[in-house]
Amino acid sequence: MSATQQSTMDRVHKGLAARYRKEKRFRLFGLSAIIMSLAFLVLLLGSIGAKGYTAFLQTEILLDIHLDAETLDVENLATANYGSLVKRAMLDNFPQVKGRRDKRELSKLVSTGASFQLQKLVMSQPELIGTVLSLWVPADDEVDMFVKGHISRELPESSRRINDKEIEWIDQLQAAGRIKKSFNATFFEAGDSREPELAGIRGATMGSFYTLLVTLLLSFPIGVAAAVYLEEFAPQNRLTDLIEVNINNLAAIPSIVFGLLGLAVFLNFMSLARSSSLVGGLVLTLMTLPTIIIAARASLKSVPPSIREAALGVGASKMQTISHHILPLALPGMLTGAIIGMARALGETAPLLMIGMVAFIVDVPSGFSDPATVLPVQIYLWADSPERAFVERTSAAIMVLLFLLLTMNATAVILRNKFERRW
Amino acid sequence: MRKFGLTLAAASMLVAATTTAQAAGRDYISMVGSSTVYPFSTSVAEQFGKTTKFKTPKIESTGTGGGMKLFCAGAGTDTPDLTNASRRMKKSEMATCQKNGVKEVTEIKVGYDGIVVANSKKAPQFKVSRKDLYLALAKVVPSPDGAEKLVENPYKTWKDVNKSLPADKIEVLGPPPTSGTRDAFVELVMDEGCSEYGFVKAMKKVDKKKFKAACRTVREDGGYIEAGENDNLIVQKLEANPRSLGIFGFSFLDQNADKIHGSIIDGSEPTFENIADGSYVVSRPLFIYVKNAHVGVIPGIKEFLAEYTSDRAWGEEGYLAEKGLIPAPKAEQKKYADIAKNLTPVVLD
Repeated sequence: MSATQQSTMDRVHKGLAARYRKEKRFRLFGLSAIIMSLAFLVLLLGSIGAKGYTAFLQTEILLDIHLDAETLDVENLATANYGSLVKRAMLDNFPQVKGRRDKRELSKLVSTGASFQLQKLVMSQPELIGTVLSLWVPADDEVDMFVKGHISRELPESSRRINDKEIEWIDQLQAAGRIKKSFNATFFEAGDSREPELAGIRGATMGSFYTLLVTLLLSFPIGVAAAVYLEEFAPQNRLTDLIEVNINNLAAIPSIVFGLLGLAVFLNFMSLARSSSLVGGLVLTLMTLPTIIIAARASLKSVPPSIREAALGVGASKMQTISHHILPLALPGMLTGAIIGMARALGETAPLLMIGMVAFIVDVPSGFSDPATVLPVQIYLWADSPERAFVERTSAAIMVLLFLLLTMNATAVILRNKFERRW
Repeated sequence: MRKFGLTLAAASMLVAATTTAQAAGRDYISMVGSSTVYPFSTSVAEQFGKTTKFKTPKIESTGTGGGMKLFCAGAGTDTPDLTNASRRMKKSEMATCQKNGVKEVTEIKVGYDGIVVANSKKAPQFKVSRKDLYLALAKVVPSPDGAEKLVENPYKTWKDVNKSLPADKIEVLGPPPTSGTRDAFVELVMDEGCSEYGFVKAMKKVDKKKFKAACRTVREDGGYIEAGENDNLIVQKLEANPRSLGIFGFSFLDQNADKIHGSIIDGSEPTFENIADGSYVVSRPLFIYVKNAHVGVIPGIKEFLAEYTSDRAWGEEGYLAEKGLIPAPKAEQKKYADIAKNLTPVVLD
């Protein structure tokens, strides 16, 4: 008896070290998996941050623009040649520059947006005409890249987009204190543009806003209604089983399929406007509905039966039970599901490709039927642009998108912690 | 519960209201098509939107083929007014247009685009002929021993193809078959390269399909790597791997001249001047197509075309040249400016 006991203990002792080692290895595997994914995350965020943070600054050039009354007449303010005023102001800084070609190159250091900026200013304050106006105007994207150090001056002239002469001019401007980097407000105020220094994410952000608003307004009530019906009223039979299986399957369907469906139904059959945030919202509604229904059903299920039975027991009708007791208790869970669904919809591009939202849209959309694009699409379009300055803007737009996603997810967490009741 | 009902009702009303509003039509120009022409058309659109009273046109990047399909889908205002194309409209596409009631279409050649084969500046510049490129990239090539038959591509390094080239492994990053750039590259480089073999060229007359299969099929054993439609990505990969070459549009070379250099093809370097005067052979024309039936219905189409064909846009010193478009010769520009003005319908030959 004792001999067998001894031998069992021996066997245990003999194997103990190996078992500890095994456990240690297992834990190490788990830990290294986490460290690796964290490292990737840091690498991703780090590279986006390192590439993108400069986009929040924009190089500007100070010009003394003489708003002479000859070029600017109160009658012709809309059509006057503002470009020539900007050009003249730039040339005034460099009286030594002669020759048509040099002058042309010099005036190119200033963004084409400068003349529009000037026009807007003069049209809002016509009393400025006749004065000399000191104005900070945006620099061209290549000057911007150079000042920010993305183009090295060590390179041979032929392999830079900016030549020696231009560098000399920039140095002179810098020495005179006429170049500064300031907060890039355009990036948050403008729509898309082909000139990186004039491009902004406002158009895409508003597009995302309208699209998500349509999605939320449609998918949340419909999703909750469907979940309540399926959970509380529907009889258990083959038909409801079939519906349930289908809903679960729909949640796993690749989003591009919903885009094709949207193209066939909303554009071709119902002939709604292509590229509008309304159609985008409808398509994303289809995509998020299953997610919301599943989340809503789960949170309805988690309401304890005792609540239901107590309400019914004191004489409440089924409708009253649901609307007075079960829904309020299940709502935090439903909201969490909805917000996570919305966050997924915010990051979606594939279905929008089919309904024409991958487009160049300058005007900021002001309604549901205006042509619009969304943030991830804007990122995609900029990532595909040849201009170097779009690289940092792409990263900056990604940062904005990530910020919005994090805010939405944080809202979901806060809502849950605040209202959730544990039983 | 009442609240949900209300929201639901409001939402459905919203949908109904916008549906009826849309039937009224569109007050902005809608353009679709090639992603190669997209950067140029968007530049014109932006300028047009800022300097005229019209709204800024909406431009979708759908690819040439996708654009044609949308453009030819019908003549109603729910279809696009213009489409960008990095090749000419095909006869079959024209037939679809006609069938769907798009009777008159105007074709405007807006300029040229060079296709470059480039590599990192860390490696020496390549000097190749179209024949070299064909031999390096085709799936089947004429037998290296001189026999008149096609064999599976045996070349592994550039030195195998041509003794004057470095002994590096053949590794070319390029666009997938869905891309217009790929179509053009195959037509302009591979076709030409393989036509230098008499017996393959003879095949063209006898069996066009066989000729195309012999010349246009790209190798799939790793020598040619499909790198997706994103040209910026190819540029980044070239930087990371100096031994590989990449195929993309000229504007990406122009913008990244500090990182990559274009290979000399048949003795000519891909520079703005060489592409413009035609001495760099791998270049293709870019087009836009106009639906004549929409002119006058959608506001601003004529004015948009006038902006596109103005000297300050597509001229030698224009803002499109700044974006990398190679302007057409003066005489050609004049011809197409007249066509744009009079909206002369195109007849495909």
